[in-house]
Amino acid sequence: MPYEKPLTGNMRPDGEALDRQAYERAGGYEGLRKVLKGMTPAAVAGEVKNSNLRGRGGAGFSTGLKWSFISERAPHPRYLVANGDEMEPGTFKDRLLVERDPHQLIEGMAIAGYATGTDVAYIFLRGEYKVGGQRVARAIAEAYEAGYLGRNILNSGYSLELYLHMSAGRYMCGEETGMLNALEGKRANPRAKPPFPPASGLFGKPTTINNVETLCNVPHIIRNGAAWYRGLSKSQDGGTKLYGASGKVNRPGLWELPMGTTIREILDEHAGGMREGHRFRGLLPGGASTDFLTEQHLDVAMDFNEVQKAGSRMGTGTMIILDDKTCPVGMLANLEHFFAQESCGWCTPCWSGLAWVERILGAMEEGRGQPGDLDKLAFQTRFWAPGHTFCALAPGAAEPLQSALKYFRTDFERHITEKRCPWK
Amino acid sequence: MKMATVYVDGRAYEMDPKQNLLHACLQLRMDLPYFCWHPAMGSVGACRQCAVKQFKDESDQHGRIVMACMTPVAEGARISIRDPEAVEFRQAIIEGLMLNHPHDCPVCDEGGECHLQDMTVMTGHDYRRYTFEKRTFRNQYLGPLVNHEMNRCIQCYRCVRFYREYAGGNDLNSFSLRNQVFFGRDRDGVLENEFAGNLVEVCPTGVFTDATLKRHYTRKWDLQMAPSVCVHCGLGCNITAAERYGMLRRLVNRYNGEVNGYFLCDRGRFGYEFVNSERRVRQPVLRGKPASAEPALEHLRELAGGSVIGIGSPRASLESNFALRSLVGAERFYAGVPGAQSRLLKQMVDVLRNGPARTPSLREIEHCDAVLILGEDVTNTAPRMALSLRQSVRQQPAEIAERMRVPLWMDHPVREIAQDQKGPLFIATPSPTRLDDAAARSHRAAPDDVARLGFAVSHLLDQGAPADLPDALRGPAEEIAQALKSAKRPLIVSGPSLGSAAIIQAAANVAWALPGAALAFTAPESNSIGLSLMEAPALDAALAAEADTAIILENDLYRRLPAAVVDEFLARFRHVAVLDCVESATTAKAELVLPAAAFAEADGSLVNSEGRAQRFFQALLPTAPIQESWRWLGEWETLDEILGAMASALPHLATAASAAPGASFRMDGAKVPRSPHRYSGRTAMLAQIDVHEPKPPEDRDSPLSFSMEGTPDQPPSALQPFFWTPGWNSIQAVNKFQEEIAGPLRQGDAGVRILEPGSQRPPFFDQIPPPFQARDGEWLLTPLYHIFGSEELSRLAPGIAQLSPQPYVALNPEEAGQFGGEVDLLGQRISLVRIADLPRGLAGVPVGIPPFAGLDLPMWSRISRPS
Repeated sequence: MPYEKPLTGNMRPDGEALDRQAYERAGGYEGLRKVLKGMTPAAVAGEVKNSNLRGRGGAGFSTGLKWSFISERAPHPRYLVANGDEMEPGTFKDRLLVERDPHQLIEGMAIAGYATGTDVAYIFLRGEYKVGGQRVARAIAEAYEAGYLGRNILNSGYSLELYLHMSAGRYMCGEETGMLNALEGKRANPRAKPPFPPASGLFGKPTTINNVETLCNVPHIIRNGAAWYRGLSKSQDGGTKLYGASGKVNRPGLWELPMGTTIREILDEHAGGMREGHRFRGLLPGGASTDFLTEQHLDVAMDFNEVQKAGSRMGTGTMIILDDKTCPVGMLANLEHFFAQESCGWCTPCWSGLAWVERILGAMEEGRGQPGDLDKLAFQTRFWAPGHTFCALAPGAAEPLQSALKYFRTDFERHITEKRCPWK
Repeated sequence: MKMATVYVDGRAYEMDPKQNLLHACLQLRMDLPYFCWHPAMGSVGACRQCAVKQFKDESDQHGRIVMACMTPVAEGARISIRDPEAVEFRQAIIEGLMLNHPHDCPVCDEGGECHLQDMTVMTGHDYRRYTFEKRTFRNQYLGPLVNHEMNRCIQCYRCVRFYREYAGGNDLNSFSLRNQVFFGRDRDGVLENEFAGNLVEVCPTGVFTDATLKRHYTRKWDLQMAPSVCVHCGLGCNITAAERYGMLRRLVNRYNGEVNGYFLCDRGRFGYEFVNSERRVRQPVLRGKPASAEPALEHLRELAGGSVIGIGSPRASLESNFALRSLVGAERFYAGVPGAQSRLLKQMVDVLRNGPARTPSLREIEHCDAVLILGEDVTNTAPRMALSLRQSVRQQPAEIAERMRVPLWMDHPVREIAQDQKGPLFIATPSPTRLDDAAARSHRAAPDDVARLGFAVSHLLDQGAPADLPDALRGPAEEIAQALKSAKRPLIVSGPSLGSAAIIQAAANVAWALPGAALAFTAPESNSIGLSLMEAPALDAALAAEADTAIILENDLYRRLPAAVVDEFLARFRHVAVLDCVESATTAKAELVLPAAAFAEADGSLVNSEGRAQRFFQALLPTAPIQESWRWLGEWETLDEILGAMASALPHLATAASAAPGASFRMDGAKVPRSPHRYSGRTAMLAQIDVHEPKPPEDRDSPLSFSMEGTPDQPPSALQPFFWTPGWNSIQAVNKFQEEIAGPLRQGDAGVRILEPGSQRPPFFDQIPPPFQARDGEWLLTPLYHIFGSEELSRLAPGIAQLSPQPYVALNPEEAGQFGGEVDLLGQRISLVRIADLPRGLAGVPVGIPPFAGLDLPMWSRISRPS
């Protein structure tokens, strides 16, 4: 049965971006007109809350609820930031959305802006997304020209300024408060919470931060209603989801599917199964900072609750597949190197622990592993527990490592006892 | 205040609900390790060292790890410090911090007073599991005062938080990321901030160390230390002076909750090296030849028996000034300060004594929420006050955070909420100041126009104050008046630095027009106020005095008056005797020079600009025949004797005698030891002279012993030689000596206030000067002060000397256009610098730097092209 694909169904097959006219022909900006004409900000937030849209950045927080944290009496200016930093390894879903349908994001932001009484909005885009940046910039200009942005949008009395900010490039910029510091021109260190961004965010003012994919869902929810949106899903969480797969599969890629599609269906039907000569060993369901799942979890539905029950997190929903021809220790060494180099250097467990783990795994790969290394690694994963560290970077880094130690322990042990990488 | 009951390891404690758990636990004298938290800078949650276990309720057996510094005290909270998981976590933090630490304690200057050492021992981490290479850095040259050794860094971020966020510096930063964050400048170079020396104490390990100490290094435990008071400006910051082998080794901050708190300025911290200077007078000189003490003293007595006048000094103690006054007679004792300055000081004292405005302590200044500075470049005239003023602009924005229920100890959220918002600070000075970046508005004006602005503000605040309010002044004056009026704790800062009585009067009018306003005057020297309170006639009066002999106390008259005037003055006497600790142009003219003890070798009292009398004590015994001037000048056996005599002769200074306990004070029969009990080498250090251990010198003047023997208990604050407590070898030990963290010391803060306001408002001053008029071909030479260079004694410290400016004259760039790089001024070739915003008609010259030392500034002078 063909699935409805509100996010991607309208995209051009030639890979170019939809321009404003093409976007409008497909119903674009109808949602914005609808809210400006006849909906109160609270009603917009209520509709989105009813849709069960959950944040697509990985945490899965209810979007409508998040918007309702900006109270009517909150001071101005208020800010809205679209988080398009997308530096999570294995994740490339927001890239598709900004490159192929930037107006969808702009409309989503205008609606979100209206719902939260936002005065100024920023799209914070990963620096390497140069094509996406150019296309978003063009679309912003088109939207201003058509009166969808700027002063007194569509004569509604609502005004919103929207700016594109290209990131100078650090994983920490994807952490929402690190991103706020980056936007303010400071080191992208995370901030202490509380106060949370709705109380004190960008420039100390009330701020809403949503992921790009999250915002792209909003126009469709408004246009078609919360019930329609919930109906797209196979699970409690509303809507469709951009799922991806990378690794030694036949067709690595990205697909918009009903929320709650099983891992097996994504892997076998959409990614075309494992490449010949490669056997499936495990996967990281939603980017590098999620726990491994294995064979036994293939029938788990990819939604926030079900993946969590299986012992991992859906995260960004873009899976990294580990096969039997790839050394799991090497994969971990690569991932932990990434996390170690992206640590902002603020809190001790993160900057010191990650650098240590990076060295241990690197040595292990080179055949210099020591007895006791696994205990040290296991200790560090506990040391990086949420609350122990200042932000979620190190707890995220712990997830693939702690689960790899559980599922691939013998591979680690062989590195130590054989004093070499068995895959080399 | 309503306290919260918090259970720590099962025991109930009362804690302040406005505080975080770390602060509260430390206040209860519990040992909980920390790095990034600082009592003056609050919590940021970076190091994760203060982890404790928190339990939801009585039945919660698991609990969760929280950072004590980031967790507010809450009624009924249950935490455990001893919980095994928390203990293991804190050990793991130290292990992480130590991965790259070079473990070079034996060659590290911080060793023995290192917070990292203390915390490592406290957590119990003692086994190294890390087997890889350490990351290393290249160190930077940061100037003559602070040394840099980045390999020791544990990334606690205290340095940049202090330097940038607290002290307003911007040339020290954190670079790069992960375990390779580099704390330094973008290139080698002298740290620009005037408070950079505090990094030595703020850094919990040996990244930033005292470069002056390094040149004559001694471990803390081997130092003989005494409570002392800084002599390099009028604020009287409390310091600990430290000696070994007869040499002053270093100064560190001595916490005084009301005065300097945790921080000193760099002049105060590093100026001490003048004590070790080659310019010291070390033995009597009689008619150009070294003499021994007895004939010198006999000669002094002979001279004093004849027709004699005495010239006192604002940098000498109350006791020494009083001793000279007693020797020559009150009517023949002169203050040693030129008439103009003497009148300004008297006016300041009168305003503070007779008017209703109270002079605030530095702590109170920090909490003022609107400030008007009239005429003072505070960073250069009263440096430590500038640091307090920089905190005052945070008061109003902090109220926004409070309304959002963000506690003020949450340092970064409070700053993020405030962003660039600052409370009102208005600065009116002729030349740009280092506080301008913190100011809501800065006004550049000639001295008379600074006064006129003040008068205008006072008139707007109280119609009864005289008015001269042209349109040009109305806008700025209204803005200032409005801000001061709507403040809860307004403050006016002024002082004598521009030589203007009108400015002081204008400041008084503003303060008096605002009921409840505080009024802070800077004072130029360490005992300017104390000397002024002796009410002696000024130096100008001495110029007309008839006598055979002049006895000059710790005073280089060539820095007070023009050289020609001093030459003529000294030539009028048949005999000139000078007591001083350093050679000067004045000692060079003297028939008799007597070696006076410098502050670290002396006991005495000083009155600071707040009107607080404070006692300083000997850190080292001076090499005979050097002794305190008051000993040379009188026959008092002990400090208590002279204090008693002073109290009866000058009853209004009697309170000053109680600034510290007298020599008979004992704690359980014991004196207060000047050295830590680990002091080493006492039996060996003089063995090359005599193998018998000498008896420690007796101290007749104070309850301090020259020894490590004595009371182990906390003495009265004025007698606290150093802060040490078991397990806390670094300066952080001060936590254990405070009534409340960052509050008063348990025995009360040192010093007694002897200047309290009157209850009635005197009539407003009504002499408003006319607007400043520039002249053709002449400029008003206006004093510009330099923290490094303007002060007499610290100039002799090599590090300070290196940072002092060369002589210059500054003009507005437009006016400078007619000249080249140099001009002729006062018969000398002087280099010309351009200062944007300097009012036309003014020429700024550096105070205290030859050829400008001794000029009566401001003064009119011609400036011409080099001939």
